[in-house]
Amino acid sequence: MNRPLPEPIFLSSRPGKVGSAPPKSARPDQPLRLDAGLVRDDIAGFPEVSEVELVRHYTALSHLNYSVDEGLYPLGSCTMKYNPKINEKVAAFDGFNCHPYAPLDTVQGNLAVIHALQEYLVRLTGMAGFTMTPAAGAHGEFTGMLTLRRALERRGNPRKVVLIPDSAHGTNPASAHFAGYEVKTISSGPAGTLELETVRANLNEDVAALMMTNPNTLGVFETDIVRIAELLHQNGSLLYMDGANFNALIGVVRPGDLGVDVLHLNLHKTFATPHGGGGPGSGPVGVAEELLPCLPLPRVEEAQGTFGAHFHDEASIGRVKDYYGQFLVIVRALAYLYALGRENIRLVAEDAVLNANYLRQKLEPILELPYKSPSLHEVVFSDHGLPVKTLDIAKRLLDYGYHPCTIYFPLIVHGALMIEPTETESRETLDAFVAVMEKIVREARENPALLTEAPHDTPVRRLDETAAARKPVLQWTAGDQSH
Amino acid sequence: MHYLPLTENDREEMRKSLGIRATDELFQCITSTGCRFPAAGLPEALSEPELIARFREFAARNTYPDHLSFLGGGAYDHFIPEVVNSLSGKAEFLTPYTPYQPEVSQGSLMAMFEYQTMMTQLTGLDVANSSLYDGGTAAAEGLLLIVRKTGVNRVLVAETLHPEYLEILRTYVRNLGIELVTVGWDRSNGRVDESDLQAKLATPAAGFLFQSPNFLGVVETAQPLCEKVHAAKGHAVMVVAEAMSLALLTPPGACGIDLVVGEAQSFGMPLSFGGPTLGFMALKEEFLRQMPGRVVGQTHDVDGRRGYVLTLSTREQHIKREKATSNICSNEAWCALRAGIYLAALGRQGLRDVAGQCHQNAAYFVDRLEKMPRVQVLFARGFYNEVVISLPGMTSDALLTRLRSHKILAGIPLKWFHPEMTGEILVAFTEMHKTSDIDRLVSALGELA
Repeated sequence: MNRPLPEPIFLSSRPGKVGSAPPKSARPDQPLRLDAGLVRDDIAGFPEVSEVELVRHYTALSHLNYSVDEGLYPLGSCTMKYNPKINEKVAAFDGFNCHPYAPLDTVQGNLAVIHALQEYLVRLTGMAGFTMTPAAGAHGEFTGMLTLRRALERRGNPRKVVLIPDSAHGTNPASAHFAGYEVKTISSGPAGTLELETVRANLNEDVAALMMTNPNTLGVFETDIVRIAELLHQNGSLLYMDGANFNALIGVVRPGDLGVDVLHLNLHKTFATPHGGGGPGSGPVGVAEELLPCLPLPRVEEAQGTFGAHFHDEASIGRVKDYYGQFLVIVRALAYLYALGRENIRLVAEDAVLNANYLRQKLEPILELPYKSPSLHEVVFSDHGLPVKTLDIAKRLLDYGYHPCTIYFPLIVHGALMIEPTETESRETLDAFVAVMEKIVREARENPALLTEAPHDTPVRRLDETAAARKPVLQWTAGDQSH
Repeated sequence: MHYLPLTENDREEMRKSLGIRATDELFQCITSTGCRFPAAGLPEALSEPELIARFREFAARNTYPDHLSFLGGGAYDHFIPEVVNSLSGKAEFLTPYTPYQPEVSQGSLMAMFEYQTMMTQLTGLDVANSSLYDGGTAAAEGLLLIVRKTGVNRVLVAETLHPEYLEILRTYVRNLGIELVTVGWDRSNGRVDESDLQAKLATPAAGFLFQSPNFLGVVETAQPLCEKVHAAKGHAVMVVAEAMSLALLTPPGACGIDLVVGEAQSFGMPLSFGGPTLGFMALKEEFLRQMPGRVVGQTHDVDGRRGYVLTLSTREQHIKREKATSNICSNEAWCALRAGIYLAALGRQGLRDVAGQCHQNAAYFVDRLEKMPRVQVLFARGFYNEVVISLPGMTSDALLTRLRSHKILAGIPLKWFHPEMTGEILVAFTEMHKTSDIDRLVSALGELA
């Protein structure tokens, strides 16, 4: 149903309305112990609405969102799998709601949760140890790069350069930069993977590390990874693996066995925690033995069934986030692992890869597939040869009730359409999606305006992003007539 | 497995369609490395009731909920209206990705736009972004912003900043050639030592980060600090670890602050062992193009209808790569949604009432202690909702242990962060404390004093 946007909540505001019943003041007549000049007398413009108006406002907003619970969300590299309901229930248990500065003996359950996931991630990845503190994928990258740098420092020289393939996500170069490294972009080969020779040709004593996404952003496994790791290690460099696409590997291979020195995972991707419209995520980082002392603080540890935390270590990079990390995201991820169990972990990767290859086979006759290498969990097509652009296909998908795939990424593919179905889609859903894609490609040839003017049936149609950036309107103001 | 909709028959037919006999053939690129996955040490699958039981066991191991707690230090137990849980728990808010396709994401986008609006109203600044990870990393992003803006690699930081935030700042700047210089505090009132600030501003600095209310609970007089920093051509960054204080205290924008960063966990996020929480940033318009993180702007569609988009993305990593203002991608969007609902639910008067109650409860505690000369209150005026107390001659360990025998967690021992503060503890109050709770703490202290 095409629903209109509600009015901004500030417009339904009326003096005297209240939307909640907070605790009654314990000491209403207590005089302030603050100088009058430090106290404000109003929050001008702040909303005053009743509870029912508040509920209707946000309910109206909720109707304007597409979500995983509504349907297929094939955003490549984002792993938009189903987020199990039970995880929300357990994360909401009152008993977990503890203060981060509570004495450690009063929060043994929370520390046990962190420790359990930490240990399972070690077993799933073959890394020597994990930190659970990073807040999201990019924060994990940054933490991982700092850890790697600290380890090289301890060897005597942090070095200067990090090699990053041209297919990498933008966070990779940004994270390496904020860790104090110069970024050198290197090209992937004609198969879409990084070639041994390219790595060799770029190695010298300044190279601290190679930062590689595996499977890469084309959904292709970096087949030379073991030899690349050896090459790096011979050069005194380290291998960082971006595990954003770990969903293709879970239960199949452990990055630690491939020679990876640093790895980050995204709990909000592989481990089915909800993405929340842009976070909170969680980006645990695993490292090889040598790097263990460099991991950030605090570190959760167990001894004889009692859990503790280390807050000081000279070798560590220090603290990267407040307290213990995204605790309730960790709870959800652990619940997901328990629900799967060792019986089903590999099946996650198998079904994800089977679904992606099925889509690839069905869509290859109608869309150009620029890289023919075997696909794992996702597949990247191009708009080459079509009378419309990738953006038009994406917008037309909205009319048919689907969230589009990732578009224009990776940058090495012209008009990229990056499709990741995940393992939580049925064959019927995939078949229906293929039928719609076939229809859209037909429309592109017969009546391209249907695509270039799409979407038609969404709450709003294409938005003027240039105008938004040129004259930014970033908050509601009372005098604005456009409301 | 109930999360996986493919049937064995589906898999068989799909394999047939792909011309393979076993799904393993799709993993040949991996198996050719010779590595095999050992499933040892992974847990057995649990049924749903078993899963619930397992997590009840974890939760039951926490004895924290059995205590009366006065812990704060950047994480506060505030009342959360049920509408916040109910509305934010809708799958339409919980399960979408970052709103890259605005036509089907107007709900998230408009909620963020309204949240940004409320944060500008609270801070008195021009613009707020849609979220950062937490208070500590928001402080780090604020620091990096003023360094970029000025090109000066030297930043002054108040010693009374949250000690974890200071640790995070040190981690962030370590490899970037940025010098952190700490500014001391005035032992008479707990505020920034203005003469120390003045002296350290004699050498060029990108600016000054200070927290208010600071980690000792004291509200800073921001205006004279801003004037000194501006006179030295630097920028004033205020860090707020208890966002609730914004509803009671003079807005930073009215004091001349250039940038406010901090932690908004208080706006509808449970304590949840410190995560997830909500980092925020609000700033003067002149810093907008240097701002890290996502920001939502209003625009119009091809039919002229109002709509919202993520905007100013040329600052961001997916366009600028290593030249971006930050590497941040996923942030804390859902926490910002909760904060928006929370702020609108409490509203213009309700939020000020709650903020006032937090202070008044702390003030009542200090009143009661004034009749107990053995208990020292470090700063008996000028605090917001936290006060530092000690019992001379008694270590904080001894003090806290004695109070724990009454099932009271009375505060944070400051020696964790400042070894010389052997006896002091930081005691926090919120609107959740009843008079009887405070009286219980006072009488327990009375037994010691």
